Formats: sequence, C-alpha cells, structure tokens
Amino acid sequence: MDEAQLKERVGQLLEEHPPETTDRLDFLHARFDAGLAWVHFPEGLGGLGLPRGMQPVVERALYQAGAPDNDPRKIGIGLGMAAPTILAFGTEDQKRRYLRPLWCGEEVWCQLFSEPGAGSDLAGLSSRAVLDGDTWIVNGQKVWTSSAHIADRAILIVRTDPDQPKHAGLSYFVLDMHDPGVEVRPLRQITGEAEFNEVFLTDARIPDSDRLGEVGEGWKVANATLSNERVAIGGGAFPREFGMVMNVAKTWRERPELRTPETHERLLRGWIDTEVARITATRLRQKMAAGVPGPEGSAMKLSFARINQQLSALEVDLLGDDGLRYDSWEMKRPTRVDFFGKDAGYRYLRAKGNSIEGGTSEVLRNVVAERVLGLPTEHRVDKDIPWKDLPR
Amino acid sequence: MTMTSPADVSLLPDDVETDLRASVRKVLDKHAPTDRLNAIYDGADEVTAPLWSAFVELGLPGLLVPESLGGAGASAVEAAAVLEELGRAAAPSPYLTSSVVATTVLLALGDTEILPALASGEQTAALLVGAPVGLPADVLLLPEGDALYAVRGATFRPVSSLDMTRPLADVDLEGAERTLVSADATAAIDRALLTGAGLLAAEQVGVARWALETTIGYLKERRQFGRVVGGFQALKHRLADLYAEVEQADAAARYAAATLATDDADAPIAVAVAAAFCSEVAVHAAEEAIQLHGGLGMTWEHPAHLHLKRAKADALLLGSAEAHRAALAVLVDLPAPTSGD
Repeated sequence: MDEAQLKERVGQLLEEHPPETTDRLDFLHARFDAGLAWVHFPEGLGGLGLPRGMQPVVERALYQAGAPDNDPRKIGIGLGMAAPTILAFGTEDQKRRYLRPLWCGEEVWCQLFSEPGAGSDLAGLSSRAVLDGDTWIVNGQKVWTSSAHIADRAILIVRTDPDQPKHAGLSYFVLDMHDPGVEVRPLRQITGEAEFNEVFLTDARIPDSDRLGEVGEGWKVANATLSNERVAIGGGAFPREFGMVMNVAKTWRERPELRTPETHERLLRGWIDTEVARITATRLRQKMAAGVPGPEGSAMKLSFARINQQLSALEVDLLGDDGLRYDSWEMKRPTRVDFFGKDAGYRYLRAKGNSIEGGTSEVLRNVVAERVLGLPTEHRVDKDIPWKDLPR
Repeated sequence: MTMTSPADVSLLPDDVETDLRASVRKVLDKHAPTDRLNAIYDGADEVTAPLWSAFVELGLPGLLVPESLGGAGASAVEAAAVLEELGRAAAPSPYLTSSVVATTVLLALGDTEILPALASGEQTAALLVGAPVGLPADVLLLPEGDALYAVRGATFRPVSSLDMTRPLADVDLEGAERTLVSADATAAIDRALLTGAGLLAAEQVGVARWALETTIGYLKERRQFGRVVGGFQALKHRLADLYAEVEQADAAARYAAATLATDDADAPIAVAVAAAFCSEVAVHAAEEAIQLHGGLGMTWEHPAHLHLKRAKADALLLGSAEAHRAALAVLVDLPAPTSGD
C-alpha cells in the first residue's frame, strides 16, 4: 500500500464515521478495525503491516478532519511498553483480547517491575507467583508505578522458581488490576505529590492463559519491554534553549536586579551544556538514520540528569527570597508531571530524580564503561547461584 | 545567509573527510612521533620542517584557498579534520596560524598577492593578535586601527614556552618592510578570529580524544592488586564521564565547523559554544590522562605531558573559555550584571 492508498483508506474511514456525528469510542473502534491505529502493526490487530514511518500520514489527515484521538499521554505505558511486548510474545488470543481496548484507551495499563528491594538490580526481585491448578497466586510488593491508580491491567514480572539463578527464575504476566488481591497506595515523594504508587499483591490471581512468554523466560520478555522504553525516551528534535535552561534564561532577562557575576557564570555554563547536549542528540539521530549505531544514548542520559540538576538549583539560587516560595505541599496524584507550570523549588526537588529514574547515573556509568569503552565488568557474585541461596 | 540549526547540517564525516583524515594521520605518524616531539623541548627541532614539507606535498596549506589562487577550495569542515589530527598528535605546525587564520583574513580581503605563496606552502604568515604564536613566519599581518599591514623582514627572538609545539617569539619590527593590505580590515580580522576559534575547537577535540583513548588502553593493560585496573569502579566512572564529555565536544566542534563552512548566520554562537566547551574538555581530558596513568603520567617519556601542555596552551589561544562565554552572553541576550548593581 502506498501513501495515496493509505490516504484513501483514511478518507473512507472519515466518510463512514464522520467525527462530528460519531461517538468518540465508536470512532476509535472503527479506526482500529480499519488498520489505522498503528499502521506498522499486523492486519487484524489495528495495523496494515506498513512501515512505521507512514503513521504520520494517518495522524495528519485525521487531525485535520478533527477526529478524536486516543489520549496517548494517558495510555503511554500501554502504547509504548505493553503493546510491543504483547505483539512480540503474546499468543494470538492474547493479542486479540488486549490490543484493541489498549489502543482505544478503554483499558489503561501500568508496569509492575521495580520493587523496594530491587531497583537497579531488577532481576533480584522477590515477588512470588505459585501455580495452583491453572491459576498463579501472586504475593509481593511493587513500587514506582505510574498510573496504577487508574490502570485496568498491568504488565508484571515475578519470581516463579526460586531454585534457579536470579535471571532464570522469572516469568512475565498480564495482571488484572481490579483483582481483589491488588491494593494500590499513593507513594508520596520529595515534591509532596504522588506521581507514582506502591502496589501490594496479596494472593492476587492470574490465570495461566495471561502469561506472556514461557515460564522462566520473564527476563527475556522484560528486556524487550525495557528496550521499547528506551526507544520511547529517545524523542524528537529539541529547539535551542529548551528545558530547564529556558526558565532560568527567561528569569534572567526579565529580572536584571537578580543578576550576579557568580550566577551569570553558572547560567552561561548551563546554557552551553544544554546547547552541546542538543547538538549531540542531533548527531545521535543522524547516526541512527545512517544506520551507524550510536553508543551515546546512556551518556546522554547522564548529561541531561546533571544539567537538569545544576540548572534547577541555579534557578532557586537566582530567585533569592522568591526561591523560598513553594506552590503547594498538598498531595496530588498527577497522571503526568508538569515541570514548568510550578515554582522553581518544585523543579529543584523533582530533578533530583533524574539521576535515579530509568537507571541511576552510577549504573549508567558502569554500562558506558563496560559496553562502550570495553572496560572489565564488575565482579558478579550472584549470577549462577540459586536465587533462594543469595544473601539478603 | 540563513539561520541554521544542527538538524540542518551533517554532523557525520563523509568520504572526503575520512580519506583526508587518514592521509594526515599517516604523515603525522611518520614525521611527528612522540619520542621526537620531546626533543623540541631540548632545543633540537627536527620535526617541524620535514612535517611541513609533508603537509605541503598533501596540499594542506592551500586547503581553504580557492583553486584559482593555487589552493584546493575545500571548506572549514576539511580544515577541522586536519586540526583534529594535529591535536591528536600534539604536532607542531603553522597550519592553524598560517593556513587557517592568516589565510582567512587575506581571503576575506580579496588578496591575491600573498595568498598563492601561502597556498603553496612556500611561505607562512601570522596575524599579530593576542599571543604571537606560529612564529617565526615569513609574513606578519599587523593590524593598526582599521588597517592591516603586511610586514616582512622582522626579527624574531624565540621564547621558551609552556607548549613548545606552539613556538612563541618576541618580535622586533624595527627596520622591517611594511605594506598596506587594506585600510578597512576589521570585519576580515573578526572573521579570521572566529574561524580560528571554531577550528581550534576541533584541535582540542583531537587532544581530548587522544587522552581518552590512550588512558582507556592503558587501564585495560595495567594490573594492580591482582586485577586489571580498568575494572575498578572509581576509574570506570571517571572514564565514562570523560567519554560523555569528549563525544559532546566532538559534536559541538563539528557543528561549529559546519556553520563556518557554509558562512551561516549561526556561526558566532556555534563557535562561542564549541570554543568554551572544547577548551575545558581538552584540558580536563589531558589532566585525567596524567592522573590515571599514575607515576607514568608524570614522566618525560610518556606523551601525556605533551598533550597537557598543548591543551593548556590551546585554552589560552584565540580567547579563553571565559572570554567565549562572555561573547556568547551578548549573542544570546543573557547580559552580564551591570557593574555597581
């Protein structure tokens, strides 16, 4: 199918289901069934088996026609992480059951990977699932779960065989978040709000037909999910003076009375670091487009975390007495983070997470040193020992 | 002239650049090995002249000069590749001062008298602004007010410098012959200093890359406490950070060279960014190389000291990092505090 035929198909959808007179969900169902949800997915699963690069043709045409969208921000975890994993590892039945309500936003997904005792060392997790007939009984605790309080389903990784070394004893499931064994509690953070949740699993039940991949192969499936996460973080082109530096530069220009030589030096360094990171990100995209694998991804995350922390600290310092104001300590549960609509203090506190979330800077430095620079790997004592025998 | 962004130019090397880089590296390996560079410090320079002859054979002095004046008509992107290799080797050469800075002034002024001799490499020239480096030179370009004079027959007294691969000299113009090149040379000089600073960033990337790669190589070989030293996390983390710095310096220098090559309106900002950033990365990388080589890094026979001296001298040449940040502040409307505030 070429671009003209694809446009024709979009036109047909709009003709049969005029956005102005069609119910939002009916339209999304029809769009999915026409293969126009994600054109690179297979036919029958919301796609047409086309190159991913043709999706913007559909998006543009539907946007111009005023068609409803599926609120992609709200269902980001489902779209970015659950869907590609289901497509790669799910059975035909699972694909048919999960993908349509996922894409249409009828079912919101969350991701139950991290645990209080297993952050950077994700494979060390201790939540357990035990098979009882054809149902798995799950017990344990998960943490740092975005959207858990609005989610209908979760992708879940748990230990199913403690006699195996830690990577080998894991399995991957789809969990119904409405199961009575699932309890979601807000996890209040340094900023006062709760972007994330803790999820307690107490005899939660999962039918074996909701397992993704083989028993004991959960690590492989989880890695597929995580690599999709990294692609999603990759993002588009940045304008000059983007992100944290934008706020500080604006304040600098508007409030000359705040300027000092020391903050000027910090501002200029931060401006330059941001611009250089932007150019490096552009070069990384050019490398990927040219098919040259760019190893800078982890290094970029290290840099962005440092830049965000330095600039958000500068913003508070620059504001002086005004830097002491804080929006509100009231606990809210946002479904997405709003950095720039808040006071400088919020950004200062939230940026502390940038060197922790998605891989701590310390772990990323190891990754860069070992995988990019080829330095010897860390000594690992836990690789071949059964998980149950590991010291904890 | 348009306002470019990094997305509009290629930040990846093409075949021409890759071939050029390989030729330059081959010449440097042959004529400027580090054991011979040490001799420069003891007063026995057997490197600079044969190296320049090899550069002349490759046509490098005329890289930026149009073919009509005997040059190659290449762009700042190719000159940046040459400079990166010069930095990697810490090689002594009048390339930056004569073939880039002085050549750019004369090109901007439409000179046809001096340029052919520079393009062929028969003569070298130096613009007398800031620290007088690249000396002795056959032709000195001397600014006075808005005018620029060409001076021949000056007397040079060599100075012992921190970086002997960048020779310094005191200049005596008494009795030298001077001719007017242009009565209105300010814009041409600004352009040449911009080009020089932008391409010096590429040289600094070369210094930094050498330091990073050499240190990684050493830490993979060196054993202490029964292990390869590069396996210690304290060292791995420093190298990971340094790698990130060098990759970013490389991208910044490439963008600066690309904007200079197309005479883009964004060049002043791109150059200020690259110059401020790369200069600090080169010094940091060379300092890390000394520290992470341990005692070996402090010895005369290990080339790390050559690169540290080059990095430090480069950081003072054509504007310090602080001076480039101050220039940037004006360009992007982030003004310094007014004195008396």
